[in-house]
Amino acid sequence: MSRFVAMRLLQVAAVLAIMSFVIYALIGLMPGDPIDLMISSNPHLTPADAVRLKALYGLDRPLIERYFAWAKAALTGDFGYSRLYVKPAFEVLLPRLGNTALLMGASIICAYALALPLGILAARKPGSAIDSAVNMLCFAGISVPPFWLALMLILIFAAGLGVLPAGGIATIGDGSIPDRLQHLVLPVATLTLASMGGHLRYIRASMIETLRQDFIRTARAKGAGETRVLTRHALRNALIPVVTVLALSFGSLFSGALITETMFAYPGMGKLIYDAIQGNDFNLALAGLLLATLTVLLANLAADIAYAVIDPRISYR
Amino acid sequence: MRRWRDAWRDRRVAWSGSLLLVLACAAFIVPILAPLAGQEWGGVDLYRRLASPSLIHPLGTDEIGRDLMLRLLQGGRVSLMVGIVAALAAAGFGTAIGLFAGFRGGRTDAVLMRATDGMIALPLLPLLIVLAAIDLKKIGVPTSLVDSEAISLYRIIVLVAFVGWTTVGRIVRGATLSLRSRDFVRAAEAMGASSARIMLVHILPNLASPIIVATTLAVGEIILLESVLSFLGVGVQPPIASWGNMLTGAQETIAFAPQLALYPGLLIFVTVIACNFLGDGLQDALDPRAERRL
Repeated sequence: MSRFVAMRLLQVAAVLAIMSFVIYALIGLMPGDPIDLMISSNPHLTPADAVRLKALYGLDRPLIERYFAWAKAALTGDFGYSRLYVKPAFEVLLPRLGNTALLMGASIICAYALALPLGILAARKPGSAIDSAVNMLCFAGISVPPFWLALMLILIFAAGLGVLPAGGIATIGDGSIPDRLQHLVLPVATLTLASMGGHLRYIRASMIETLRQDFIRTARAKGAGETRVLTRHALRNALIPVVTVLALSFGSLFSGALITETMFAYPGMGKLIYDAIQGNDFNLALAGLLLATLTVLLANLAADIAYAVIDPRISYR
Repeated sequence: MRRWRDAWRDRRVAWSGSLLLVLACAAFIVPILAPLAGQEWGGVDLYRRLASPSLIHPLGTDEIGRDLMLRLLQGGRVSLMVGIVAALAAAGFGTAIGLFAGFRGGRTDAVLMRATDGMIALPLLPLLIVLAAIDLKKIGVPTSLVDSEAISLYRIIVLVAFVGWTTVGRIVRGATLSLRSRDFVRAAEAMGASSARIMLVHILPNLASPIIVATTLAVGEIILLESVLSFLGVGVQPPIASWGNMLTGAQETIAFAPQLALYPGLLIFVTVIACNFLGDGLQDALDPRAERRL
């Protein structure tokens, strides 16, 4: 097991190294380099100054050389300065990471709290009215554009009924817990509904498959109650393939979080990365993308470990 | 041919297929006919901003006085076209990868499938936003093309196809794996056919059904992705309308013009759900060996 985890951590490091180079190179291809930005904001700069500044910041050196200089600094924890926030990039990122983790964590919990009972209910009587309704919900969930779902929730609950705030994380001057929770409702609802369809679909399919197995008949034959058969015997086995799906879903969940955060002006990583790219804040965009990738890969690894825990047949030796 | 008739008997296939056909016909034909109805019908009219529905404007007008229904159809033409073209490109690429991985098996398969999984596991949206922001002149695309209005269309097609191939790749790989050990493939091998010949002549024609199913699902997936990118302002650029970019300004006008936020999103939703139902129904109908859905 520890060998497996060590191998996977090495893989994570390798993916991060490759990603950092690719993103570094891509960001160099974005319009407007830092010197252009300085020239446009300072009319007194002469072409000679621009050349001097380029040499000063090392922008005249080849890409590979610049990348290694960046990587060396990054490994010591120096991700450069954020142009937009005038702070070290890492200091800007950390508090946002917590906000995004809260949003994503709450949505995963809500999604499973809804999808598990619904999936079991549907799988008990395949083809029934309940099953068709659940199936419809799956298709709606995977087909709905998340930003439009957010718009509709804002339209109904914020603009229409006026019962929930349309964005932000707290009312200015009021940082109390109930107020913060109120601000979380719509973002979490959006991300939950938009990400639940896929999970629900797998839970339902996996439960139907499991309930057909011989050991379920055995359990029923020896007189186990329906609840016990469903939860102790079937669900535990049905969850195994579901966990693999969960492991692969964190990336798209983060993408969903980016959209949700943008819609609700929620100060998380996704919105920060989006703003950084749009605002030519290269250091911040690069550090943000890498931190997001690292988080997603670690969550992925955690789900793989959970896989071994719930299925004793799997051992990663 | 019989299988196709059977497929049409599936309620999901019939309904979603007809719906998509009607939408596509309306989106491709009406904007062409529009100029015949008079220039001012589709044009900007600042005196008729946010007008309520009337005989001339069945759904009213948008924030600068353009007919909303016409604009929705023009947007639909772009969204459907991007979805179909990109899905075909993604299907080609995904089929190549899936066929190769499934046929070669072993290490090649393991490496390719890990790469596919890895790609699915990454947070792709922020990466796509970076890719959409790069200056095409810096990678040697001719200036005349970069400055043309349609460049955002070409760019988005390449971007979403780059992400959309994974679904097709996995489905084709699975189907190839099961075909690979069939007798007719073994027979061809025994008769000394080359790998390329077996893949292209013996296996590929048998992959028609899974490829059609996967492409249908990919169209939905890609339309959804295009709408997200266009909504965020990094996909199809105005003045070209797409369902996604029609919603970009909708959040500001939602309090007094909710219809502008409602319709484009509803059309994306309906189109994507129809593609998913169609793909799912076709899968059941075209692949009789797979277990019947309950």
